[in-house]
Amino acid sequence: MTAFKLNGRDVQAKAPDDAPLLWVLRDEFALTGTKFGCGIALCGACTVHLDGQAVRSCVTPLASAAGRSVTTIEGLDPHGAHPLQAAWIELQVPQCGYCQSGQIMQAAHLLATTPRPGDADIDGAMNGNLCRCMAYGRIRKAIKLAAARLEGAA
Amino acid sequence: MNAPIATPTRRGFLVVAAGAGLAFGFVGEASAAAGAPAPFEPTLWYEIDPAGIVTVHIIWAEMGQHVGTAVARILADELEADWSKVRIDHVDLDPKWGEMSTGGSASVFTSFPIMSRAGAAGRIALIEAGAGLLGVAPAACVARGGMVRAGDWAVSFGDIVAKARPGRTFSADDLAKLPIKPAAERRLIGTSVAALDIPAKTNGQARYGLDASAPGMVYARPKVPPTRYDSVVQSIDDTAARAVPGYLRCLTLEDPSGHAPGWVMVLGETFIAADRAADLVKVAWTSGSAAQVSEADLQARARQLIDEPAAGSRFVDDPGLEAAFAGAAKVVEATYTTSTALHFQMEPLNALAFEKDGVWEIHTGNQWQTLAAPWAAKALGVAPEKVVLRTYRIGGGFGRRLNGDYVVPAVLAAKAAGRPVKMVCTRPDDVRFDSPRSPTLQRLRMAFGQGGRVLAMDHAAAAGWPNLAMDPDDMPKDAKGVVYDPDAIMGANHWYSVGAHRVRAIGNDLANKTFRPGWLRSVGPGWTNWALESFMDEAAHAVGKDPVAFRLALLDGAGGNADGAKRQAAVLARLAKKVGWGAVLAPDVGLGIATSFGQLREMPTWTACAARVHVDRRTGVVKVEKLDLMVDAGTIVDPDGAAAQVEGGALWGLSLALFEGTRFANGQVADTNLDTYTPLRMRDAPEVDVEFVDSADAPMGMGEPGVTVVAPAVANAVFAATGARLRHIPIRPAEVLAALKTLA
Repeated sequence: MTAFKLNGRDVQAKAPDDAPLLWVLRDEFALTGTKFGCGIALCGACTVHLDGQAVRSCVTPLASAAGRSVTTIEGLDPHGAHPLQAAWIELQVPQCGYCQSGQIMQAAHLLATTPRPGDADIDGAMNGNLCRCMAYGRIRKAIKLAAARLEGAA
Repeated sequence: MNAPIATPTRRGFLVVAAGAGLAFGFVGEASAAAGAPAPFEPTLWYEIDPAGIVTVHIIWAEMGQHVGTAVARILADELEADWSKVRIDHVDLDPKWGEMSTGGSASVFTSFPIMSRAGAAGRIALIEAGAGLLGVAPAACVARGGMVRAGDWAVSFGDIVAKARPGRTFSADDLAKLPIKPAAERRLIGTSVAALDIPAKTNGQARYGLDASAPGMVYARPKVPPTRYDSVVQSIDDTAARAVPGYLRCLTLEDPSGHAPGWVMVLGETFIAADRAADLVKVAWTSGSAAQVSEADLQARARQLIDEPAAGSRFVDDPGLEAAFAGAAKVVEATYTTSTALHFQMEPLNALAFEKDGVWEIHTGNQWQTLAAPWAAKALGVAPEKVVLRTYRIGGGFGRRLNGDYVVPAVLAAKAAGRPVKMVCTRPDDVRFDSPRSPTLQRLRMAFGQGGRVLAMDHAAAAGWPNLAMDPDDMPKDAKGVVYDPDAIMGANHWYSVGAHRVRAIGNDLANKTFRPGWLRSVGPGWTNWALESFMDEAAHAVGKDPVAFRLALLDGAGGNADGAKRQAAVLARLAKKVGWGAVLAPDVGLGIATSFGQLREMPTWTACAARVHVDRRTGVVKVEKLDLMVDAGTIVDPDGAAAQVEGGALWGLSLALFEGTRFANGQVADTNLDTYTPLRMRDAPEVDVEFVDSADAPMGMGEPGVTVVAPAVANAVFAATGARLRHIPIRPAEVLAALKTLA
């Protein structure tokens, strides 16, 4: 059993220590918002936060979550109203939507560390998140919009 | 998806839709009589409940185009509904819906007349019933915003449904005669709207096929055989896999349908168990000659076929071509190629299958349910009506899920296991089972008379043919009765007046045997237009003409090109003006232009693109600084959604132009994951400026035309910047350096 905090709740997982966190989240906890894309940490669809850091859950062993805090897209905001989520809706970012949980989680980490990201910051943080519908322009604009809102609120 | 526009008509889509008029009436009367007000179902396509909620049934797959929102918008406009009360419902496969296929950028184009008339029929019925409630004549009433009004009096659609039980019936003929309102009367179409499917795509709640589950379900991961068609399992060794906790067993599939021959499925209690066990299971197959085929072999065969004058069918075949070339003052010829390209949709292939009450349920995202269900039925040995596909959102379609072959191994495994089985492909499994875009080879020739007058054009294209494997019975024939695949040639039947025009469509038989060629976003025009628009540029330069002026002169609307060519010319001219065509640019920066009519002459989306690129002469890296697109697609139902489709399409085109491509090696694609397959990322995505031409004409397709123009625009821009002509995509730095070297 591996104990950790999941979206603010204490949980225990039964899967083997070396099981990828992604599949533990999906199959043991029915948190299916985190997606499987490439399995080798190169598409970003499985991005979650581990103690606030964006990680690729497809290559993160369950054991590394022990005693730590995991946040998925379902837990990013209690009402799904994180400024990034609001901006994503306002600018109509998602197309197929499959990568967007990972995009938003990656962007949330970016804003937490770089509150006013420029284009180079966005490129650097988001280049690992593939969007096959190629909604990159809107993702970029939505990150800037959310950053501006957060700054205004601060 | 064979000739996407023709498909619905040929398959009876319109007939079915018109037939839906017969279903008019007060469906659910029995329950209404029992006291609970039933919803009003004016047609098959929607219902209105006593609270006034309009639920529109959507038969088109949602894969990012927000098609449900667009279709509901069309219907709601004619119905005069209150948009805040409109909901969408993506339906499961059922014979009552007719053909269920989502491809070819055709959803809005085909649904527009059907949904408009369905909405109009409901409006008429509601006005009649509402007039009765208001005690006035129907002619004194109008419908607006979900209400029927007569002067100061009004009654809501919901109250009409609850109190008046509208029961007007329309025959199919009546329905077909209903007028669609003039553009000036539109209240929803053409205005901004928030897509109804988007919020769930920001909070993890949207459900894709990967998220489906069933009680008692086990997972399966395939061992994909070394060749697509001719591998036979000799032995399976699962000794090592038995140590994996949760590993269940291996199944060798017997597939009467022929879609997944030689497959072994590794079952586990969890995906982790199935995945790890599959890595350890050793399968020995025997395979035929396809196991040795390389990309070079495929293209050598294409070249050989193109060199045979009699090979292929004549997609376009004007008289006088040979004479024109024989008497030409000048002939220009060039050959263009494209690499094998993968769908690489984000959501790997998956399907959950089980039998329930004598019916096989398949839970998966799919673009062509009426094609996939019979394949599953054949594999299972059951009647087609014993298979139903449940509808899920699609984590990327791009044509991969038009080919529903992936439902076959899932149902066969569920049958063999006797319990619900969910097949999940890993990324390499998915890619090895892809139906990729075939490598293509095209040769174009143009004959010129004195003064650079165009006398004739000859275009031959060789590629693997998707429809041969997936929809062979619906393939059309040329004038001499020779079959061709429209999806592997359309786009070549352009609107330029070029004198005698010939287009040969040649099926690459080696490709067809080696792999299953697929439909990939923008299908034929995604590569025929690459060659065509690169060649138009080369031809213009060869006779000393400006590439834009050369095209505009040929888009004269003569003969069979009346009307349409002028619209294409207008789009091209407007774009050229917008981007400052002809201006002097910085060193090593070039502007390239290309145009197309999108997917089909019958559904022309007039499109033009200008690419501004910088070429680094030292590294060979092509950096696209900006893409400008001008689009005339008739009525734009949802302007922001349409822009999103064109933006994504253009970048998809850029990805194919510069960043993604694979090759066959030993009968398999060489690149199976993102370590070596490298689609466009954020850093390389330029600004994309999309402008639509104002139009009230019928709406055309939007998902693909943006793809078709980018690769030639980029290659033409590279030529403008450096004088180097690149004739293969993807354009890699090494090839740019090699081309620059030949200029030195």
